[in-house]
Amino acid sequence: MTEFIQQLINGLSLGAIYALIALGYTMVYGILRFINFAHGDVYMVGAYMGFYLAPSIMRGFGQKSIASGIVILVAAMAICAALGIVIERLVYRPLRNRPKLTVLITAIGVSLFLENAGQYVFGPDPKAFPDIINDHAIEGLGDLTVTVSQVLVLAVTVALLLLLTWIVKKTKLGMAMRALSFNPVAASLMGINNDVVIAFTFGLGSALAAAAGILFAISYPSIDPLMGILPGLKAFVAAVLGGIGNIPGAALGGVLIGLVETLVVGYSDTIHIPSTYRDAVAFAILILILLFKPTGLLGAADREKV
Amino acid sequence: MFERPKTLFAVAVALSFAVSKFSGGVNPYYYDIILSIGINIILAVSLNLVNGHTGQFSLGHAGFMAAGAYTAAAFTTFVPPHHIATTLFFLLALFAGGLAAALAGLAVGVPSLRLKGDYLAIVTLGFGQIIVVILQNIDAVGASRGFSVASGYTNFFWTYFFAALTVYVIVHLVDSTYGRGFLAVRDDEIAADAMGINTTKYKVVAFTLGAFFAGIAGGLYAHFKQFISPDGFDFFKSVDIVVMVILGGMGNTAGVIFAAVLLTILPEWLRTVSGCTFLPHWLRDVAQNRMILYSLLLIVLMLTRPQGLFGDARLFRRTPKFKKP
Amino acid sequence: MNPLLEIRDCTVRFGGLKAVSELNFAVGEGELAGLIGPNGAGKTTVFNLITGVYRPTSGDIRFAGKSVVGRRPYRITARGIARTFQNIRLFASLTVFENVRAAFIMHLSHGIFHALWRGPGFAREEARIDAQVMELLEIFHLGEARDALCKSLPYGDQRRLEIVRALATRPKLLLLDEPAAGMNPTEKQELMRLIRFTQEKFNIAVLLVEHDMRVVMGTCHRIAVLDYGVKIAEGAPDEIRKNPKVIEAYLGQEEPAHA
Repeated sequence: MTEFIQQLINGLSLGAIYALIALGYTMVYGILRFINFAHGDVYMVGAYMGFYLAPSIMRGFGQKSIASGIVILVAAMAICAALGIVIERLVYRPLRNRPKLTVLITAIGVSLFLENAGQYVFGPDPKAFPDIINDHAIEGLGDLTVTVSQVLVLAVTVALLLLLTWIVKKTKLGMAMRALSFNPVAASLMGINNDVVIAFTFGLGSALAAAAGILFAISYPSIDPLMGILPGLKAFVAAVLGGIGNIPGAALGGVLIGLVETLVVGYSDTIHIPSTYRDAVAFAILILILLFKPTGLLGAADREKV
Repeated sequence: MFERPKTLFAVAVALSFAVSKFSGGVNPYYYDIILSIGINIILAVSLNLVNGHTGQFSLGHAGFMAAGAYTAAAFTTFVPPHHIATTLFFLLALFAGGLAAALAGLAVGVPSLRLKGDYLAIVTLGFGQIIVVILQNIDAVGASRGFSVASGYTNFFWTYFFAALTVYVIVHLVDSTYGRGFLAVRDDEIAADAMGINTTKYKVVAFTLGAFFAGIAGGLYAHFKQFISPDGFDFFKSVDIVVMVILGGMGNTAGVIFAAVLLTILPEWLRTVSGCTFLPHWLRDVAQNRMILYSLLLIVLMLTRPQGLFGDARLFRRTPKFKKP
Repeated sequence: MNPLLEIRDCTVRFGGLKAVSELNFAVGEGELAGLIGPNGAGKTTVFNLITGVYRPTSGDIRFAGKSVVGRRPYRITARGIARTFQNIRLFASLTVFENVRAAFIMHLSHGIFHALWRGPGFAREEARIDAQVMELLEIFHLGEARDALCKSLPYGDQRRLEIVRALATRPKLLLLDEPAAGMNPTEKQELMRLIRFTQEKFNIAVLLVEHDMRVVMGTCHRIAVLDYGVKIAEGAPDEIRKNPKVIEAYLGQEEPAHA
């Protein structure tokens, strides 16, 4: 039983990271109906921003202090938000009314560019992420091993989810986002500036991805320019699992993927699936959902008009 | 270019045979590039059937290639040759590879039928990745350490024979009334369905046949490099092939062949550039990282010429050659 | 005599919305029937039910005595129902000729292996199809444009090409979805003549869904009126014109004559 709870905790903190990335996929899909393939790479850039900024920020705000942690997180989020907005402006906006396939290929191009430019700029070899918190196991939990970073990942994720909910439900831009996802034409007739809302959505999604990148790097302190590919794909699966375009769905999907993946690895002997198959788990889930419930857990059907 | 495919095919085969008689003295470096070009032509033209003609954007072609490469390599490694002629033995291995890949294609095609565009791309990517993960876990073929193939059967003749065969089959298939079905599925699936076209069947045929030739290419590759590893067939390899198809112009066979040649030579050429000391440092760096260029190429191409380098697919404009009886 | 097409108590729901409600309607062989109604009345939905794009929630649709419910669209087309689309759906990258040729696929006796082997039988069949495509194109005055990309045709010609393409499947029943949409009065006159001509020349039944009253009144023998998915009237054009329910449904939003 302890073993099972342990797996749940591990899965939850991994799932929280997937959830943060999945939100970006789902929000962009919600308003533009396209999969931003490069989203996973923005997450990678987020981690690298943390890597480069951490030493100087910690010099100013104190080694391993809460203040430094927050400043690093916010700075990386801001830089990636800007990156997301720039990508949208330069590449996706000119293609807005082009065939879906053109946009998809472009997104793959952007993704490859970030990965390879990353290898060139950051260097292809993995880097050790600096310690920005005092990571250790929390004592007094018996056989359970819960680390500070795991608690931190969950706390930051919950805080960001609440903030996002507030932005989407209460702010003008958030409401405009929702309006746009229902009906872009009607939204622009109501005086909503679609360009601003779309840029804002990209910024928001990219900031969340950056946060995920930092949290991942804190928990697994080795980063490399290709680190965004698999989490990106898994987060996409999470968004589809939750029902693409649906914000609570993305969060739920992320957590579920994290849990299933951790459980498959943790119980690989019992269920006779070697743990080396962990990366295939998400894809198997994707194929199953698309076959049996393509709308996802919380999504609504989107039917082509004939 | 493909007005008389049968003749063209015969000429290509005869030419490969003739050239292969003189290939003994060729510099091994060039020989290597020439074989790579042939294999890439097979890959690109077969992917073009799926992505270009049928409009089902697949990102898993390297996975099918892997299935073919491993099956063919396992065949020549584990099946005792008995007393069959070496050539026949090799052809059997290639055929087994093609068949295994076709089965994998069928396994991907059938569940993916309902999916379109982005979703299909990601599911095929996922399938390709699953194939790689499975190979990483099969110890008999070296798992993630890679698999050494003892026999280097692949030569100039067989590479170009199969390249010609691939082009022949796909051009013939598409250029017939039957073949209009692929294009109809691509242009408008709902209308195709309403015109009595079994869209499911066409998609499955495209996936299976495309995968079959990718498998053949894999078998050729395995017996040419004599070493294969699962990582060599990952997502990036699929992207390589996709770039050839997009650059050549989706659905334009001649363009895709040209792009396959160009993109096989380009990295070699870039390597030369990166060795030129008189060029600025950054340029040499960029030349060394071909993937940066590929990605920029994709983006710029989509922004400016989404139909690829070679215009609006002349292949479809041509009027059929059959005259009234 | 049994009708060619028979819709029996058909209902279709999308979520909570009843798009079509207990519809009963029939089209006889060689008949020119019309289905009209204001915007959103469920006319196109009826087409999508008949052609298998949607499946009715309840009820039955029979064609030539056999149910077509649950059949895939291409199988229904093979039974003898062809259609056009409200928002033209031609094969955009193909020429005029190739668009029609694609509709001959269902009649092919050769398959993939003949296409690869190309024996004399294959050449004969391709030549026969060529001739038939050209014959159809000539009948509809599209022969000159055979090598043009269908996208480059004027709007009216695109609509005509869609009809030709549908006829190439050799239907017993042709469904036309708002063929007059976007046409000017002269083009509409031409269209009405074309529909009558098609029906007589090919001796097929035609079911016309139309927004424009004048076109329907001028072509159809019998008309059914849908409003909010319910059939509110059915009869000859003159009866429909005078029917108070129809006038009310139309006056609710627009003048019928200009609708």
